[in-house]
Amino acid sequence: MNRSFIARNPSVLVFLGCLALFTLCVTVFSEGAGVGGISTSFIKTLGKTLCLCLVAIAMDLIWGYCGILSLGHFAFFGIGGYMIGMWLMYARTELIVEASLAQNDIPPTAQEVIDGIGTQIFGVVGSSDFPVIWIFADSLVMQLMLVLIVPAVLAGVFGWLAFRSRVTGVYLSILTQAMTLALALYLFQNDSGLRGNNGLSGLQNLPGVEAPQSLVSLWFFWGSAFALGVGYILASMIIAGKFGSVIRGIRDNEARVRFLGYSVESFKLMLFVVTAMIAAIAGALYYPQAGIINPAEIAPIASIYLAVWVAIGGRGRLYGAVLGAAFVSLLSTWFTGGQVPSVNLGIYTIDWVDWWQIILGLSFVFVTLFAPKGIGGLFDILTKKGRSS
Amino acid sequence: MKRLFFACLALCFACQMAFAQNTHANLGPLQAVLQEHAQNVAKPSRKTITPVIDAIVASHLENVPAFLEAWQAKEVWQRKSDGGFFYGEEVAKRTYALRDFDTDMIVGEFAKKELKQLKPNSGVRGLIATALVKFQLSDPDVVRRRAALLAIERSPQPELLAPLRESIAAETNADIHARKERLERLLTIAFDTDIAERISAIEEMSSDLSVDVRAALNPLVVTTLHAAENLPVEQNITKILKPGSVGLSLNEAYDLLVEMGVADVQTTPAMMKTALANHIIDGRVAGIPLVQLSELEKREQAYTALESEGKVPPFIGADQIAKTVAQYHFYETYAEPNPSVTEAAERALASIETRVQINQTLDLSLDAISLASIYFLAAIGLAITFGVMGVINMAHGEFIMMGAYTGYIVQQVIPNHTVSILVAIPLAFAVTFAAGVVMERLVIRHLYNRPLETLLATFGISIALQQLAKNIFGTQARPLTSPAWLDGAWVLNDIVSISYIRIAIFVLALVFLAAFLFIMRRTRLGLETRAVTQNPRMAAAMGINPERVNMMTFGLGSGIAGIAGVAIGLYAKVTSEMGSDYIVQSFMTVVVGGVGNIWGALLGAGMIGTLQKGIEWFNPSNTLAAQTYMIIFIIIFIQFRPRGIIALKGRAAGD
Repeated sequence: MNRSFIARNPSVLVFLGCLALFTLCVTVFSEGAGVGGISTSFIKTLGKTLCLCLVAIAMDLIWGYCGILSLGHFAFFGIGGYMIGMWLMYARTELIVEASLAQNDIPPTAQEVIDGIGTQIFGVVGSSDFPVIWIFADSLVMQLMLVLIVPAVLAGVFGWLAFRSRVTGVYLSILTQAMTLALALYLFQNDSGLRGNNGLSGLQNLPGVEAPQSLVSLWFFWGSAFALGVGYILASMIIAGKFGSVIRGIRDNEARVRFLGYSVESFKLMLFVVTAMIAAIAGALYYPQAGIINPAEIAPIASIYLAVWVAIGGRGRLYGAVLGAAFVSLLSTWFTGGQVPSVNLGIYTIDWVDWWQIILGLSFVFVTLFAPKGIGGLFDILTKKGRSS
Repeated sequence: MKRLFFACLALCFACQMAFAQNTHANLGPLQAVLQEHAQNVAKPSRKTITPVIDAIVASHLENVPAFLEAWQAKEVWQRKSDGGFFYGEEVAKRTYALRDFDTDMIVGEFAKKELKQLKPNSGVRGLIATALVKFQLSDPDVVRRRAALLAIERSPQPELLAPLRESIAAETNADIHARKERLERLLTIAFDTDIAERISAIEEMSSDLSVDVRAALNPLVVTTLHAAENLPVEQNITKILKPGSVGLSLNEAYDLLVEMGVADVQTTPAMMKTALANHIIDGRVAGIPLVQLSELEKREQAYTALESEGKVPPFIGADQIAKTVAQYHFYETYAEPNPSVTEAAERALASIETRVQINQTLDLSLDAISLASIYFLAAIGLAITFGVMGVINMAHGEFIMMGAYTGYIVQQVIPNHTVSILVAIPLAFAVTFAAGVVMERLVIRHLYNRPLETLLATFGISIALQQLAKNIFGTQARPLTSPAWLDGAWVLNDIVSISYIRIAIFVLALVFLAAFLFIMRRTRLGLETRAVTQNPRMAAAMGINPERVNMMTFGLGSGIAGIAGVAIGLYAKVTSEMGSDYIVQSFMTVVVGGVGNIWGALLGAGMIGTLQKGIEWFNPSNTLAAQTYMIIFIIIFIQFRPRGIIALKGRAAGD
């Protein structure tokens, strides 16, 4: 089965090969394990980009293959980040508090340690008590499970409500955007239990691991590359199977698929939940590399950008989503990072930090109007040319 | 010769005497009173001044208020040569003209070094002000009477009650008369010695909603917690509290005993820890190894051991606290000693509270209506582009922003706010109409019947427009000032009030509703729009140009967004992100109300506004949570009415 799957999808092998080669090159030139040449912060950027590619694959599955333009998948991405961030922050603060209490002559009681951690984490929002949602924060295993469970439950409940009442098309998009907005607004409050707009910080440090950041960043890079590879294979298998045929059918004509006897709602819900979980995994890998997560990351505009990446890359093909996410997010980092020299026109100086958003927005209009296949469409032209010649 | 000499001497002496008597007699009546207390007038202190002021006031002289005012304003000077007090006015540098208080004549000009200024401190000036108020209450000048009333309202004092009562009868100004009577009631509540009088005043005011009535009543029913071994009989006790109940925890009760000095401080874990740390001997405390002290039980064990050795103060834990607290009665007393007064005050406060709640509900409804009209304004353009044409325009919020910035620019050019708003409204319409037409021609035209693509493309435009505004106007908020006649608020009472700007927005929303209905039902454009929306091919066959109609309709929707932008800009700040603040709510309004129906949008806005204000009322400190819950509510609402409150039926509903 697996052989035949690969044989039917040669692009998966090509993609995995490229990804492995890329990972190898970056490792060789890294500061942590190689000859140097790529700075640690750039490795983090590359690692984060791989995570964004993974969430773009999730977006492509739900939008490109099933036609549901979800403007909420970055919310699931953020939830994943928050879930892993809770453990990272708790465990690291625990070590700090224990170290500081160990300087006293009398060893601390368990309650004193917990109180100390509470004050450290929640002092910034004027509290010292642990909210209920932190009960599992001391357990890495539990939080890792929550990375999957919380987005799955949220996506499940929301999707069930939305699909059940046959909300489709733009209405669904607006509804998912409203969900994202509601979540972001909720997290912005100080008493949300997740430190309000301060968010969770210090996530780049792995508690109990005495390794330099150059090495830690490499580990996360490998982890992200691995997750992307697995995600790509999983997504390819989903769309290659019968499930994939049904969801493509739903995209092209929902009513007909329903008349054929398929439970359209169950397929949509299933896909919605699975993609939410993929997005959450990507988020859980992304935010330890970013070091900080706050509610602004979840704001509706982030999910819109996700749609932008997939559209520019070319929806309906997995490598298109990956290319789009990598291309646009790296370009964004480059332009907004301020490294691009300004263009002096005499009367007006074009500062790229200010103009990048405008270029991005207009290129989005351009892609929608003139190149609905995105960058991926270029491959079609190339391969067609190859065949015809 | 000798007799002559004596006679001369006697004469001289007599003359002297006569002269001396003469000068004394020449003193004006006020000056005489002042000279009597010269020492205290010249160097007043808060303690010694009261009898002086009383004496001055008791003289009942006409010029007493003038003097007191001058004294308070530090304009009284003492002449060093004879100690006389005068009103001083600087006529030249370091030279003052002195005027007598009694005669009101200038007595001469003096250099500053011959004079001494009277500088009463703030405490004394306060007492002078109190004395002055009595005069000002019956001052012929209306402005001064008002000022005196204001002074009493700000710092009511018992001794002001009598003069206030006296001044009421002679009051001619109806407005001031009413205010005086009201103030008299309030002072009666607070200070009158006659209990019956106070109670009747309290009952009289128990239907009044003003803050000052509650401010007068509340101090009467303030309670303080006490503890005693036996319950006192003579005090005005509110209630007896049982320690360990909801109203009073054991720890609170014990803390009160500690404060009273009848109990020792509770041994907190931190104190225990410090005490233990102070008695570490060879890595052990009282024989228990340090490592074991990470458990609370072991710590208590070690502490008890130390206690028996007499090294630490006795351990006071939960048992001890319960035992000590049980020996005392805890009760609350009113600040006001008379029970019938407090009872009347409680009753009055309860009745006021009910009225306050009714009025708050009214105020909340007004708030909800005004919020609903803002949402309606933001959504009405969408009701045309999205509701009628079915075009998802995510840049709608940016059209609102464009309108607001147009208003801002117009205000930079035309300084008169009234004129600038009148210019800004049509101009904002023109600008956003043009922008809408351009967008329709360049982008949306190619994407009809591809709603998801329209959504994405307009997102792109929205991102670009937002950044463009940021580049031009910067990130800080720009003010859009409303005309002066829109400042202030319509105040019904101390609880219910609504600002004129909100009323204006409400009126504008109604005007828009009327305009929308008129255009859609009574004009050629409306007819053609409806025709094209229902069946573009058939409409084209009837000679309507669908392209032109679509362009005009989209422009109209965008133009209305521009006008809404001016209105919203007046109410909130103008920033490049203001559009995105409203876009989700606007779509919600249209979707909840029912697409394609203006009454639906109205109902949707009403529902969302009421809902948001209602949730805010439950949790006033948190508007973010209110928005969160509102969105969740809408998501659930759509489950039950997926096509909105007013759903189109039949062919008009489309697919």
